[in-house]
Amino acid sequence: MREDPVEMSVAAPVAAPPEPQREALPTAPSTVPGGAPLSLAPPAAGIPGAAPATVPAAKIEIRDLNLYYGPFRAVRDVSMGIAANQITAIIGPSGCGKSTFLRSINRMHELTRHASMDGQVLLDGVDVYSPEVDAVDLRRFVGMVFQRPNPFPTMSIYDNVVAGLRLGGGARKADLDEVVERCLRAAGLWDEVKDKLRAGGTSLSGGQQQRLCIARALAVDPEVILMDEPASALDPVATLRIEELMLELRGRFTIVIVTHNMQQASRVSDFTAFFSMGEDRAGYLVEMDRTARIFTNPREKLTEDYVSGRFG
Amino acid sequence: MIGAVPARDATLAERLRAGRSPRRRAVDRAGRGLALAATLACVVPLAAVLFFVVAKGAGALNLDLLTKPAKALGTGGGALQSWLGTVQMVGLATLIAVPVGIAAGIYVSEFAGHRAARAIRFASDVMVGVPSILVGIFVYVLLVLPFRQFNAFAGSVALAVIIVPVIQRTTEEVLGLVPRELREGSLALGVPSWRTTLSVVLPTARAGVLTGVMLGVARAAGETAPLLFTALGSRLVNIGGFGEPMDSLTLFIYNGARSPIAALNDQAWGAALLLLLLVLGINVSVRLRSMGGVRA
Ligand SMILES: Nc1ncnc2c1ncn2[C@@H]1O[C@H](COP(=O)(O)OP(=O)(O)OP(=O)(O)O)[C@@H](O)[C@H]1O
Ligand SMILES: [Mg+2]
Repeated sequence: MREDPVEMSVAAPVAAPPEPQREALPTAPSTVPGGAPLSLAPPAAGIPGAAPATVPAAKIEIRDLNLYYGPFRAVRDVSMGIAANQITAIIGPSGCGKSTFLRSINRMHELTRHASMDGQVLLDGVDVYSPEVDAVDLRRFVGMVFQRPNPFPTMSIYDNVVAGLRLGGGARKADLDEVVERCLRAAGLWDEVKDKLRAGGTSLSGGQQQRLCIARALAVDPEVILMDEPASALDPVATLRIEELMLELRGRFTIVIVTHNMQQASRVSDFTAFFSMGEDRAGYLVEMDRTARIFTNPREKLTEDYVSGRFG
Repeated sequence: MIGAVPARDATLAERLRAGRSPRRRAVDRAGRGLALAATLACVVPLAAVLFFVVAKGAGALNLDLLTKPAKALGTGGGALQSWLGTVQMVGLATLIAVPVGIAAGIYVSEFAGHRAARAIRFASDVMVGVPSILVGIFVYVLLVLPFRQFNAFAGSVALAVIIVPVIQRTTEEVLGLVPRELREGSLALGVPSWRTTLSVVLPTARAGVLTGVMLGVARAAGETAPLLFTALGSRLVNIGGFGEPMDSLTLFIYNGARSPIAALNDQAWGAALLLLLLVLGINVSVRLRSMGGVRA
């Protein structure tokens, strides 16, 4: 495992802060990455005071989140914290609501017809679903990378990178060249494309396209990046490239990645959340913990079966 | 199925060979023949029309036809006023119809609820099927009667009414083909949805939208009926006089073909060829242009 700036001792969830504190806007959110549903937690003996100083602060806190497509509940009662500037992986069998969950964080879920939700998603303590938060603004802070690379086909590489700035209205003309170079470098693509910035975005290989999409997401200067199986359409080498890139971005961005690839989750992530599906096909969080713990010594039998390949 | 399939206890080799039974081969051949005949039935009339227009029109399509206006009486003039009229009226109609049709297509595809979308789609389909002479009468009542004056503007409006549903339907359909991931990719960057539609979705569907516009223009250029009660037709060259009657190639053909004078009949063939070339020319040039630009 790589070195961590913080000691780990997050085996159990810590209770959510009391109700009134929700209104206080930028106060430090609770320092709780490992919030599995309370019912699944072991006896919380002495946890609250156990380790606040040793756990990274939660950038995102999800409370009692339910997500629906029409009458169908796709995600049930999820509560968890996502650590700031760390990589959190979400794993689980197909159809258990991982993508749905991920898309609820930047309010892409509501773009689906008949989709609805209840519960809270707190970003730095602010509920992103509260009426004063605008979904368009929110998405500038919470970027997204999709499963299939989706560069804009009518735009050049250069224009793809700055699309969010230009179309979102945040562009200052003079800076664009600098932004393009900085983001393409950060995405590890600069050397490959610096001589053909005017070529079409779709003229690149799949792996390059995906890194272009990451550069595009970085250009609007987000704080959180959501990735939905970002490497599943790529070959092993390109996959490794994306993983390296994620590790480089770690520390500056809070990254949440959905993946079907256990090795990938164990290679890149600091925390892992395991989702499963109930009788009613609603996905729920089985447990969340330090990645090392999930893959070596999970608390739940279900998790152990899944990560060892016995189920799912 | 066709052909005698051997019983289950036959060897696989026997059963495989039985597939090419003579009977199945015969049915196959007959089916192909029918399909070919049907295809010819479609293509032959088209080819015949093209052949006649070219054969009869080529002789009459000369510089005089293009550059001289009709004489006030008798023969010997050209069709200058007609093709100028067609270009102007179709041009204005396109200017009116393109924004309306594209906006309506965007609305139905991107923003309208299920019910509204269905209603608009239905209305558009009905409009496409309405006989164009009815559109002519409608515009006649609306824009000719009140002014007691046949006018080219009314002609353009009538043509625009005919083009709008064509553009609307095509726009809507091609926007529907733009992958959802592209829209979401843009929205996920914090781009507002109207901007996503205009700057990401519409450009991606550009070639298809242009095709819709082309279909509309070609349709408008070939219409006669809606112009009969609106632009009326004229023997005078009219440039920019949208308050007065104006001629069109189709009206020229209509009048020339009905005339007892053989020279005018010939000129009508020439005008028909000209119309054909005009529509074809627009089509090809737009298609060539839309193939350029950033490659998808
Ligand atoms: N647009 C939609 N409309 C209705 N139901 C949907 C929609 N999208 C997903 N679902 C349903 O919600 C549930 C969760 O889907 P989701 O895509 O979130 O699963 P997932 O965990 O991401 O699966 P995978 O690993 O295969 O990507 C599934 O039962 C799915 O059928
Ligand atoms: Mg998914």
